[in-house]
Amino acid sequence: MTNPASSGTGGAVRFGALLLAMPLLLWLFLLVILPHVDLLLVSLRERISYGKYEFSLINYTEFFVEPLYWNTYIRTAVMSIMATALTLLIGFPVSYYIAKVMRGKGKNVLFLLCLIPFWVSELVRTFGWMILLRESGVISNFLQWAGIADGPVEMLYNDATIMVGLVYTSMLFMVVPLVSVLDSLDDSLIEAGYDLGGNAFTVTRDIVIPHAMPGIASGCIVVFMLTLGNYLTPNLLGGKDSLWFTEQIYTQFITRFNWESGSAFGFLLLVLSSMIVWIGLKLSRQTLSETVS
Amino acid sequence: MADQFDLECRDVVKKFDAFTAVDSVSLTIPKGSFFSILGPSGCGKTTLLRMLAGFQTPTSGDILIKGSSVLGVPPNRRPVNMVFQHLALFPMMNVSENVAYGLKRRGADRATIEKKVSDTLARVGLPDSGPKQISQLSGGQKQRIAIARCLVLEPAVLLLDEPLGALDLKLREHMKVELKQLQHEIGTTFVYITHDQSEALVMSDQVAVMNAGRFEQVGAPQDLYYNPHTAFVAGFVGESNRWKGTVGMTHDDHIVINLPTGGAVLASRKTHPTLAEGQPVDVFVRPEAIAIDGQGETDNAIAAKVDNVLFNGAASSVQVRDKATGHEMTVALPQTGAFANLKSGDLVNLTWGAEQTRCFVAAENQEATA
Repeated sequence: MTNPASSGTGGAVRFGALLLAMPLLLWLFLLVILPHVDLLLVSLRERISYGKYEFSLINYTEFFVEPLYWNTYIRTAVMSIMATALTLLIGFPVSYYIAKVMRGKGKNVLFLLCLIPFWVSELVRTFGWMILLRESGVISNFLQWAGIADGPVEMLYNDATIMVGLVYTSMLFMVVPLVSVLDSLDDSLIEAGYDLGGNAFTVTRDIVIPHAMPGIASGCIVVFMLTLGNYLTPNLLGGKDSLWFTEQIYTQFITRFNWESGSAFGFLLLVLSSMIVWIGLKLSRQTLSETVS
Repeated sequence: MADQFDLECRDVVKKFDAFTAVDSVSLTIPKGSFFSILGPSGCGKTTLLRMLAGFQTPTSGDILIKGSSVLGVPPNRRPVNMVFQHLALFPMMNVSENVAYGLKRRGADRATIEKKVSDTLARVGLPDSGPKQISQLSGGQKQRIAIARCLVLEPAVLLLDEPLGALDLKLREHMKVELKQLQHEIGTTFVYITHDQSEALVMSDQVAVMNAGRFEQVGAPQDLYYNPHTAFVAGFVGESNRWKGTVGMTHDDHIVINLPTGGAVLASRKTHPTLAEGQPVDVFVRPEAIAIDGQGETDNAIAAKVDNVLFNGAASSVQVRDKATGHEMTVALPQTGAFANLKSGDLVNLTWGAEQTRCFVAAENQEATA
């Protein structure tokens, strides 16, 4: 066996590698880098008159001057962090049960049960919640039938409902990395923890969670990003009052046709999510490369 | 009486559905001894150890540690600690945190923990390794840290689940001696399970040979080797030449065992007083009991041709074939190097005394397959 890279065919090999990487490079350039550069340029200009633009920071100053914008911005961030924390809190025991307690066939069945809801689109899943929770919905009718409520109960269009929807939508993205990271934890480590005098709490704190940290971090990053950028769930379950930042961006682009301002908001959202993920990684002492591997 | 024993099992049975993994095992282990459970994989030895540690509960029977029953006591409250097969050191902690883990769980204060950890690390010969990460340790060092992590808790009994299995041969030989030494120094009772007979023989005060969930024989290593009680023990502990045969004529001090191929082997009447004519038996002769072209006892004498010379230093042997019957046998070469130039095709005269032949009445099912 000779190493082809070291022989005279080096140029051809390099060309082959380039060809192989082409789809990735095209995707990165055309769908990630190019739009963002354009977004940045659009966000940094001001429309003077028809077809006439000038460099300006007005789109960004407008965001800080108008309380509704940055209130929505902060609210979206806080709600997303809460949704991520809740998803982790619910997802961790579920994943632990699937990965460490269940054995054999039941394990796959449970994992599949987590997966199945994601075979239908987010829109359909959200409509499912609406059917349950709306004024004329299943739960409202049941409460009236059981005599617990006197009249129709509206359970849609509040923050708790948004939270339920967001957690439900994100659950799979937390469970998958957690199950795989917990699967890789050797059972004898847990047994050793008990054998040396640990109880359920200390074994979880000292052995299971430190081992699961990369999975927790990657699950949280994915869930946070998805939640922060979610449009459908807050909009449908929260109604007009949901005040989600993606709705502000939508409004700027579609309703007001103000692409300059919309681009600025889009960029601010990108900065927000990058910042929070960075802070989260620093706090949990994880690195991005560890998390994605 | 009972508190003389650190560990006692009374008719312990463990069933998994229809399968009986451990079948009425009783044992008593005196304080400060090195007790090994030796058996092939799947014989139930790991299940037994896990019941001692508390990870599994016996279907019936009782386990007593220092004279009191520990049934219903969870693993974290039992005064036993376990060295796991793959050691199970916590990779998320450094060496001293690993050793300190158990003490912290007991709520010991900082100064005590620090002192005990450094004492224990010194005792296993790794006094400066405290701040190291587990991944920085070699196989043998990991081994010692795993033991230190248990010893720091001063358990009544230390359970070891084939901890040398993952080491390479050289290190395993070394750790064998070191483990025995360590046990001797600290005087803690060790219960060691292994499928490697040499580990069990070298290290133990007492060895229990386990097969199919039962103890076949419990005794000192010398006992098991020179005086096996069952065919399984004779075959499992040490090397043996093995034949099937039937008891033929019995003389005053000799019994003739007829082999199906026409040959015959003489056994001593003294060591087999109960054998009766016509019984099917398994016959065992140790390779080192057979002399080549030698003097001494010549109750059994066979002319054989050398098939293969298996040179392995002091443990060299030759595979030979009985010229008359075609039986294959293994014969140990004397360690003096007297037959160093033996080669395949050579003719040798093999002799051994009748008392070196061991016979066991063959079990029914073995007879059927023979």
